[in-house]
Amino acid sequence: MMEEVKEGSVLSVQTNGIKVSEVVKDGDSLTFIIISQKLSGTGEYHVARTYDDFDWLQQHLFSQEEVPGIQGIIFPPLPARAQVNPSAKVMKQLGLLALGDWKPYGAALEQFLQQVASHSVLCKNKALEDFLTSTEPPGRQKSKKNILNRLSQAVEGLRKEGHKDVEDFFQNERDLNQALTNCTKVVAEKFLDVVQTEQKISVACGHFSAALQMCVESAEDPDKQDFSRVCKSLSEVFSSMGKHMLSVAENDTDSLGLGLDLDSRYQDAEKEMLFRRTCKLVELEAAQRNAERAKPVKKAAMEEVKKTTETEFNQISVMAKQEIMELKRARVQWFQRALVLWCEKQLVTAKKNTEQLNLHLEKVRALA
Amino acid sequence: MATSSERSPPPFPDSEEQDILQDTEDEIGQQQQRDSDYGEDEDDELFMSTISDPPDTDTTPAVTSQNTDPSLESPIDDPMMELVSEPSDSKPAADVLSEPSDEFEDLSNTESDTNDDPMAKTDTTDDFFDLLGSESESKKAVAQMEVTHTAEIQLEKEVTPALVDVMLDFSLPETKLEDTVVVLGSDSNAKSDLSVPETRPVEPLLDSPLKVEAKMQNAAVVDLFGDDEEGSDLFAEPKLSKASKLPQKSLFEEVDNNLFPEPLGANDKKPVTVSVPVGLEPKAIVTKAEVEVRSKASVLTEPDDFFSEETMVTESAQKMQSGTTSKTNGLQEEEGDIFAEATVELSLDSPRNERKREPSKPSPPTALSAAAGLSPPEALEELEEEEEDDDKFEIQVSVKAPEKVGDGMTAYMAYKVFTQTSLAMFRNPTFSVRRRYSDFLGLYEKLSEKHGPNGYIVPPPPEKNLLGMTKVKVGKEDSSSVDFLERRRGALERYLQRVVCHPTLLQDPDVREFLEREELPRAVNTQALSGAGFLKMINRATDAVSKMTIKMNESDVWFEDKLQEVESSDQQFRKLHALVESLVLHRKELSTNTASFAKSTAMLGSAEDNTALSRALSQLSEVEDKMEQLHQDQASNDAFGLAEHIADFIRLLGAIRGSFDHRMKAWQRWQDAQSMLQKKREAEAKLLWANKPDKLQLAKEEIAEWEAKVTQYEREFERVSATVRKEVLHFEKERTQNFKRQIMKYLESLLRSQHQLIKYWEAFLPEAKAIA
Repeated sequence: MMEEVKEGSVLSVQTNGIKVSEVVKDGDSLTFIIISQKLSGTGEYHVARTYDDFDWLQQHLFSQEEVPGIQGIIFPPLPARAQVNPSAKVMKQLGLLALGDWKPYGAALEQFLQQVASHSVLCKNKALEDFLTSTEPPGRQKSKKNILNRLSQAVEGLRKEGHKDVEDFFQNERDLNQALTNCTKVVAEKFLDVVQTEQKISVACGHFSAALQMCVESAEDPDKQDFSRVCKSLSEVFSSMGKHMLSVAENDTDSLGLGLDLDSRYQDAEKEMLFRRTCKLVELEAAQRNAERAKPVKKAAMEEVKKTTETEFNQISVMAKQEIMELKRARVQWFQRALVLWCEKQLVTAKKNTEQLNLHLEKVRALA
Repeated sequence: MATSSERSPPPFPDSEEQDILQDTEDEIGQQQQRDSDYGEDEDDELFMSTISDPPDTDTTPAVTSQNTDPSLESPIDDPMMELVSEPSDSKPAADVLSEPSDEFEDLSNTESDTNDDPMAKTDTTDDFFDLLGSESESKKAVAQMEVTHTAEIQLEKEVTPALVDVMLDFSLPETKLEDTVVVLGSDSNAKSDLSVPETRPVEPLLDSPLKVEAKMQNAAVVDLFGDDEEGSDLFAEPKLSKASKLPQKSLFEEVDNNLFPEPLGANDKKPVTVSVPVGLEPKAIVTKAEVEVRSKASVLTEPDDFFSEETMVTESAQKMQSGTTSKTNGLQEEEGDIFAEATVELSLDSPRNERKREPSKPSPPTALSAAAGLSPPEALEELEEEEEDDDKFEIQVSVKAPEKVGDGMTAYMAYKVFTQTSLAMFRNPTFSVRRRYSDFLGLYEKLSEKHGPNGYIVPPPPEKNLLGMTKVKVGKEDSSSVDFLERRRGALERYLQRVVCHPTLLQDPDVREFLEREELPRAVNTQALSGAGFLKMINRATDAVSKMTIKMNESDVWFEDKLQEVESSDQQFRKLHALVESLVLHRKELSTNTASFAKSTAMLGSAEDNTALSRALSQLSEVEDKMEQLHQDQASNDAFGLAEHIADFIRLLGAIRGSFDHRMKAWQRWQDAQSMLQKKREAEAKLLWANKPDKLQLAKEEIAEWEAKVTQYEREFERVSATVRKEVLHFEKERTQNFKRQIMKYLESLLRSQHQLIKYWEAFLPEAKAIA
């Protein structure tokens, strides 16, 4: 995730000015309104995109065969496809992003676009420019899956995942990635549980508050009035407590939740990249063996293949190293940002809640 | 729940069953006689009559004579008459009548001789008139009572042998009269000179038993009063209570005691009135003896009240002892009513004296004296004020240290019941006992049996929980059993606290025994409350009540509205309870989830190769661990601070419905009696047509009997209604206060945990910032 915008960028928009401002539910499909600031500083582009468009963009990025070492790039991960009425399975896939009326999902898409736009290599892709500026939806037709198709990976993965790497750096990175992927997934899941429970508490508080309201009667009897007042104030307490809990849950989602989700998806993306490299490695090793064993007649051709593969592999490795370093740097950064943001938000919310509670307490005391 | 709405089935049905009563009275009378060895002194009767007369006498002796006559047949003499006659239970009204007149004269004579001037009498007479008016109905009974009270006849004999003769003539075999006489005598002594010589001898007798009992009896008296309401109970209870202390005391003694103190107090305070009250007071005095001791002033100020109360008490006692009072027409009924009223007043529970219209003071036992004397209870307002006074009771009960006793399925949890009090009725300011759950249940059952039928809301204990207890028995130390024990401990504590905060219940000897006595007999038959059956039972009771309501032509809109209200708030509270419970569940879930989040964060931290990030993650993990504790605390806060209290309310609402139920039953009894009376009247009419004079007499007697019953039941119903009303109002007030207190506590704990949370986050913020 490269922050700096290269001078020669083909993009006509500011990379950090890209926003997914709105998620519009349109029947069964979700439409995302994307706003981006023009580089010239005057005016903005407003485009409406569906998930298919995002997918189209992603595929285009994948398939830039002309870029050297393209396979060594850790592609910014696109969240899983969202559905208006997601099934349990999709919900599980989306995790935290499915909460809060798609707001977190929009935020995740925004992150994705920003990361693509700020990527030193990917931002040069014409598809991105189209995606961001063209009023017409760029790719409504299904683009064919390329070699990066995840399905095929899964099959091959079983066979090649365990392949010993020639370079310690990558071997370590693969091990680390393995561990981190698992851990991050678990953490994200647990965090989601926490958030969901907080939401439940909020709802429960709301129900309790509403039920208490039922106890309030407009009676003339002073005793009953007293009781009604007490009920009412307790109801208020709970309603504010419910709101508090809800904002806590929102804080969680918006800060650490998104961070964890992003991290989790990036770990996956890195894994894919490493896997692609491993595949190349396997290919290279096969080519090397073939070249060694090849009969003189074919030797030249084999050598040629080996050389090409080797070049490709080296390109990938160089790119991968770069990307991994960059990812590590960026990752710490976003973790830090998420944690700090989270912490600050929680503090603000907690303080606000404390104020509220104090008010309520005063109020109840005054009821005497 | 005090589903046993039927009055305690005392050996003696309410005075209604005259025969039985008579028998019992006779027995009692005999006992008394034995104890006191008093002949059937009718002097006492004379005294009594004189006493009753004073009101009438105000005008003149002639009046007294009139009174006496009415006593036989007219209600005017009733209170006194009854008392007198009661001893003689079986003695016809005629006896009473004659006696009163004699007594009156005697009294007038004696009084005039001694201190009482006609003037004084006249002054007091006014008051008395009121009393008399109210008492007039009961007078006959009083007269009888006096007869029975003859225990103290010795004194009376001295005073007026003639009277005795009269009594005898009347064929009053009532030894019981002696007691009343004694009372009178004692009163007179205390007052001053009324019948000094005569009374004195009596006094010693009376005094000794009185004194002996006085201390203990205060409580006993209270109980008796409560019992008195139930007529038959009175007898049995007094005996029991006295048995320990005074073998002789029995009901009579108590009555005497009460009578004594009051007259004395009255004398002290109002010399003028003394003479007048004297006659009336004897009875009242008996009941209020203790009361007076505490607060005599009140007695003095309101002789009327006392009188009525006294008469009531005495009557009740007499009834218990001897159902003879029934002889007079409808007198018994009145007596019964009087009784009820008296008991009401004494117990402070039922505010309204029917006659007085005043809601008798519901003051707690200690306050009895004050309340009795002070308030012409006017309305609920006073009651409420009294209630507030009650709140000042200084007693704190806590239930602590649950401890498992035994092993396996016979194991049980014992709790330490720790009491702190400044009340004089307890031997020590602090004490503690070990009790098990079934003891708590046993206490509840005793209380609800005794007080439930009178319309009291007896606080219910937490219901049995087989599952929870089984877990504890099996010895699982998991969080749910800890939770269960804490919940039960808290509920038991609140239950006890409610009991001791109830002025009437606090006076119950069973309560004191529960709090003080080292070893309590094992409570049995608590099975009825086992398991979830408890709440179901409440529901069933509710159904029964609502069914009955349909049948009941509710005369009081207040009750109708209240019942509706109780039902709807029951629904609401049940809903609230379910909601809070689910909130608690969610909180617990949050706590668990936070814990696993903390754990996974720690793992992520250890897997992370960036040292700064790794450190921050493990810091975060620690913070989350603390958060987990916070959430946990919050969950228990919700559970104990809200859910349990709401559960308490639900239980109390059930108890309220139980009291409504009891009221309904009282009503039904009244209605049944009415329809029975109607039938009897019809029968009489038929007999009239058929011209069968022999049977007609019987029918008339029956009608009189049933008329008495109808009146009595009606009064009982009204008394129960008043009690229920008072209790419900009290409950509502309490509820608001309770709720408010609880909310404040809850908010405070919320604030605390919020502050803690802020602290945690503030500590973590620099760590997060230090990552980069």
